[in-house]
Amino acid sequence: MKFSLPSLATAMALLTGLTGAPLASMAQTAPAVTPSAEGIVVYNAQHASLTKAWAEAFTKESGIKVTLRNGSDTELGNQIVQEGKATPADVFLTENSPAMALVDAAGLFAPLNPAALNEVPAAFRPAHGRWVGIAARSTVFVYNKAKLTPAQLPKSMLDLASPSWKGRWAASPAGADFQAIVSALLELKGETQAAAWLKAMKENATLYKGNGVVLKAVNAGQIDGGVIYHYYRFGDQAKTGENSNNTELHYFRNQDPGAFVSISGGGVLASSKHQPEAQAFVQWVAGKGGQEILKTGDAYEYAVGVGAQSHPKLVPLADLQAPKVEPSKLNSKKVTDLMTQAGLL
Amino acid sequence: MSAIPLPASADAALTRAPASVVLPLPRTRGKRGGGWPLSWVAGAALGVSLLALVPLGFVIWVAVQTGWETASALIFRPRVAELLVNTGLLVAVTVPLCAVLAVALAWLTERSDLPGARTWAWLAVAPLAVPAFVHSYAWISMVPGLHGLSGGVLVSVVAYFPFLYLPVAAALRRLDPGMEDTAASLGLGPWGVFFRVVLPQLRLAICGGSLLIGLHLLAEYGLYVMIRFDTFTTAIVDQFQSTYNGPAANMLSGVLVLCCFALLGLESSARGKERYARVGTGAARLPLKRRLGRFTALCLLLPALTTMLALGVPLVTLLRWLVAGGAGVWRLGEIGPSLAQTLALALAGALLATLAAVPMAWLSIRSPGRLQRVLEACNYLVGSLPGVVVALALVTVTVRVALPIYQTVATVLLAYLLMFLPRALISLRAGIAQAPVELEHAARSLGRTPAQALWSITMRLAAPSAAAGAALVGLGITNELTATLLLAPNGTRTLATSFWAYSSEIDYAAAAPYALIMVLLSLPMTWLLYIQSKRTAGR
Repeated sequence: MKFSLPSLATAMALLTGLTGAPLASMAQTAPAVTPSAEGIVVYNAQHASLTKAWAEAFTKESGIKVTLRNGSDTELGNQIVQEGKATPADVFLTENSPAMALVDAAGLFAPLNPAALNEVPAAFRPAHGRWVGIAARSTVFVYNKAKLTPAQLPKSMLDLASPSWKGRWAASPAGADFQAIVSALLELKGETQAAAWLKAMKENATLYKGNGVVLKAVNAGQIDGGVIYHYYRFGDQAKTGENSNNTELHYFRNQDPGAFVSISGGGVLASSKHQPEAQAFVQWVAGKGGQEILKTGDAYEYAVGVGAQSHPKLVPLADLQAPKVEPSKLNSKKVTDLMTQAGLL
Repeated sequence: MSAIPLPASADAALTRAPASVVLPLPRTRGKRGGGWPLSWVAGAALGVSLLALVPLGFVIWVAVQTGWETASALIFRPRVAELLVNTGLLVAVTVPLCAVLAVALAWLTERSDLPGARTWAWLAVAPLAVPAFVHSYAWISMVPGLHGLSGGVLVSVVAYFPFLYLPVAAALRRLDPGMEDTAASLGLGPWGVFFRVVLPQLRLAICGGSLLIGLHLLAEYGLYVMIRFDTFTTAIVDQFQSTYNGPAANMLSGVLVLCCFALLGLESSARGKERYARVGTGAARLPLKRRLGRFTALCLLLPALTTMLALGVPLVTLLRWLVAGGAGVWRLGEIGPSLAQTLALALAGALLATLAAVPMAWLSIRSPGRLQRVLEACNYLVGSLPGVVVALALVTVTVRVALPIYQTVATVLLAYLLMFLPRALISLRAGIAQAPVELEHAARSLGRTPAQALWSITMRLAAPSAAAGAALVGLGITNELTATLLLAPNGTRTLATSFWAYSSEIDYAAAAPYALIMVLLSLPMTWLLYIQSKRTAGR
């Protein structure tokens, strides 16, 4: 009954990878590991297109086959926890830290090789060394230029709880991105304040499914503004601008919970039977090869590697005045519980 | 979920006639020694039905395991009330609207001299070829602000009204005009005849079609996500994406199952016990076509408007995105494997469902009885459950107790089997009913074993119906989104999930080729459905 759809897909992915643009400049950034016939399975919660680009370039360099299972952060994180040691995943990549913390709390990650850890500065990885940052994204308030002037913008994300913002802002609460922002709020301000803010949000916010959809609605003037991540607007501007030309980004700065910079993580599962290949993949993504794709590609997420440059169009990471949050402490379970209680889920 | 799941009950209504033609059959066989095929077949039917009960058993088991305190905290909360109101309103508004539209269109195409009635009849069925989530994709591209209950109702009506049109039109075609003549001769005007004589005779068709639409409204995911209208199904997927198979998702799924049962109960009590069969000698004459006269132009407006909304909007949007995307969106390296995987799954699922339906279909014709009726009801009951419930159950069951088939093609196929078995069953049953048992007896008297006789006579005669059933299952699988999203093995992307991935990233142009391929694959099946409904009506 188990015919090989996945291997067919991988074969086709390989084929498209081979016919893609040559990546001569990135030769030999992958550690030398003998590839196995099965390759590795990556549970991928990052944007599918970004990880696809990573996987294809990695396979091209190392000869190691990569099969992707796409999903969202906490979905895949909880899935790995459920699967436990039987998980087919070798590597887990996320958009945000809470899901990494979730899997780590279940004791399912293997320690990463020092070589992989050294690719990333200490600020972008937890001290315990069981996963590393592979990219970062900043919380922003996107607003419609015709509806709001800079003077009318909220000073802090907490202001959005005030009744004056009723019906005027949007978010995508079912997404891992927004849940990561809430986890930072929870970590910075404590449970009581986070719960009160979520309750006000249920009153005030218009809820959409997906940050791209929020951006589109703000652009169309259906709503004044929304809390999303920065790269949605950059990505759309790079394409047609059809969904973002009427919008502008507002960075909260001042260590506000709304200035939270979320770290995307990568880790190797302890149960993986392909440890060297899995370690090589994570090291490659955190290292020059993977970070270069962030700089030149169309993902517009921040690069986090040692000495790595982000895309030149982005506001430099150092200028964002992000609050200091320990990524390994972010608690996804508590967040979904609070959001379920607030009636947002 | 799928856009064209076949009228489980509407179809049952359509096929009821041929099934009842068959004489009650050999009782002797079940009682005496020669019954090995029966016991063997009964065992197989029992097995399939028990398998079908897995999701239902799972929902109950999880509820018990979660404990009353946690369960009630998760069920009796304002959010669930909100979802209940949303889902209830959606069903309560959409179904009557569909019924009015379907009856009006069916009357115009079947009983009036509307110009181009044949074409309009086909155009009223054709929207079924467009998956529901493609309908809403078209609508929000055209009217970006469309959302909430009104938007949900609008798109649901255009996507689902054919499920009512099909059985209503078929029933209208079969009515004996004699009754209407009698009513008219007793002094009823044309409207009186329609409301007091014609409409009551359409009751079964309307009930069956309404139930089908109601179940689809409960199960649909993609349509309501795009139109930003939260129902139980969208909320379950939200919870799933946040917590995998957490208790909150499972409790919502339990409430959704209760909603389905409520609909089933409502339908069976609304169906009534009246007699609809015609009594009298000879054949009924063909009904007269009522002349529309100066109202023709006005009456043409209804089918024209419906076609514009239900077919024009999707086609124009698809073309627009295909033109805007140009050659760049035809990423053959991705579309090819998606198409291949979809077809492989559809083919395997259709075969499996048809095979699994054989024992039950054979039993229900050759050896009907109480046990068989209960078993058969189990299959229909589970077939009426939303894909998200079935998928959630299978995820948890496989990850906890059946790890070897976890995340494999086998699990996806199992989900498809449970969801679409009724389609295969209904078609096959009608086919077997038409295969005379005497031929089977003759084969056995010539020395064939019961199994050989079954295979070489009955199965061969029932093959066309089996093929039609298989095609309908395949069609359902091709357009299935929710269960596939939850269960697909690593690396598998079907047309529907690829479409979904792109349209979720607001890359509408890249999603367009997938939508187009799904529509093209669905068109022949929709045509088949249309032809089938004509044939059962005998015209």
